[in-house]
Amino acid sequence: MGHDVVLSTIKKDYIRRLAEEGRRADGRSFDEFRPVSIKTGVISKAEGSADVTLGKTRVLAGIKMIIGSPYPDTPDRGAMATGIELNPLAAPEFEAGPPREGAVELSRVVDRGIRESGLIDMKSLCIEEGEKIWMVFIDVDILDHDGNLFDAASLAAVAALSTTTVPLSQVDPEKEDYKLPMNPEVPIQTTFAKIGETIMADPDLDEEACMDVRLTVATDQNGNIRAMQKGGGSGAFTRDEILEIVAKARDVQTGLRGELERVLKES
Amino acid sequence: MGGTQEVQLMKDDGTRMDGRRPDEMRPVHIEAGVLNRASGSCYLEMGGNKVLAGVYGPREAIPRHSQNPTKAVVKFRYNMAPFSVDDRKRPGPDRRSTEIGKVASEAFANVIIVEEFPRAQVDVITEILEAAAGTRCAAISAASVALADAGIPMRGMVAACAAGKAGGTVCLDLNQPEDNHGEADLPIALNLTTGEVVLLQMDGHLSSDEFETALDMAIKGCKEIGEIQKEALYKRYQRVVDGEVA
Repeated sequence: MGHDVVLSTIKKDYIRRLAEEGRRADGRSFDEFRPVSIKTGVISKAEGSADVTLGKTRVLAGIKMIIGSPYPDTPDRGAMATGIELNPLAAPEFEAGPPREGAVELSRVVDRGIRESGLIDMKSLCIEEGEKIWMVFIDVDILDHDGNLFDAASLAAVAALSTTTVPLSQVDPEKEDYKLPMNPEVPIQTTFAKIGETIMADPDLDEEACMDVRLTVATDQNGNIRAMQKGGGSGAFTRDEILEIVAKARDVQTGLRGELERVLKES
Repeated sequence: MGGTQEVQLMKDDGTRMDGRRPDEMRPVHIEAGVLNRASGSCYLEMGGNKVLAGVYGPREAIPRHSQNPTKAVVKFRYNMAPFSVDDRKRPGPDRRSTEIGKVASEAFANVIIVEEFPRAQVDVITEILEAAAGTRCAAISAASVALADAGIPMRGMVAACAAGKAGGTVCLDLNQPEDNHGEADLPIALNLTTGEVVLLQMDGHLSSDEFETALDMAIKGCKEIGEIQKEALYKRYQRVVDGEVA
């Protein structure tokens, strides 16, 4: 058995009671994200990278581009893969070893948000139809875990991709590197936790430890929904709660999107 | 060691291609107390290397059969991020990182006062965020600061540095081209209190005279890093005194 995270009953009761009174332990409102910071271009050996902090949660995304052969059913398209490691550096409850179901869910949700929104222009990654394509490897290293890894990892992956250079000159010295072609409809992922009857955005570690259930929603800049995932426990949502979260996700994502756009403009 | 002489590694004036003297190490930057969840942590840059180290414990050793009733077990993880190198590193442990973890944990078992914590384990976790030759030394130097930051009782600090031979000259702290095309590499770690060597590996080709020169050079390098480690820990506790952090 591993070193499990244990939240004292007193703390759990405290967070639940606060929620009933309409408050959170760190003073945020229920629709408020923790402060976010994005730094891009932090790893020079990666084709793109981003160091993202969300409150005290910190993740580092790096992009590597590798030449490979296309899948038989998509001979004229590039490929992508997302890997996220719950690094034992980041929390006492994380253990080294092959990814467990939590890490697999996390990387699949981040992958879906990027893949299904068509963020990367896969057709532009074909070098020679049926023969040679670029494969985009998105690897996210969780460095410090204080809750809501879903949104931090997804934001870091998107920021890293947005600053990625395709290293074409390494393959063909006569050609020039170019910026990874991206769809302007960037999905922003936002997660909401339900504790008792209360819905709160961006749960921190303590809130996650006592939440009943969570819902993650990825929205594009037009407010359209691009991916969703319910998880985080055996709790359930009512129909109205789901609609409430979707509406909130549309509002809340503008803050994160604004910060991302500001950083990308400066990079 | 490639051992190929075709790549020029030394200039005619006796300096190296990156402008360093043979006995000069790359710039080192160390910061202690950079992570929130870890008991102690450290971020270290050495040339182009970027390394994070975190310490957890002492805590109950698991699995149970790994417990030692007389002392704590030191577990050292060395891991490279997939994006830390030119060709993506497949995630997960390989034979190289397993070996580095083993020799590094033995180095720290020499200095940590393990008898104080029977049945416990001390986890030292290092992550190479960017690699540019000499990552194991960078990881060990960072780990020592993280252990001190965690308040783990130790007989002394450990610093690590490599010396080697490139372009026919014995030099300190090989950079990437020197490591790839040089003739020898000799990473060592030093218990800075006793001056004893707690880790030593070597590959390549050195005469016994060259080995002695390289060993002395690496020892001197470890001591230089020791001063920077001390400075980083002073700064960390100055921040506590100033009330900036807990």
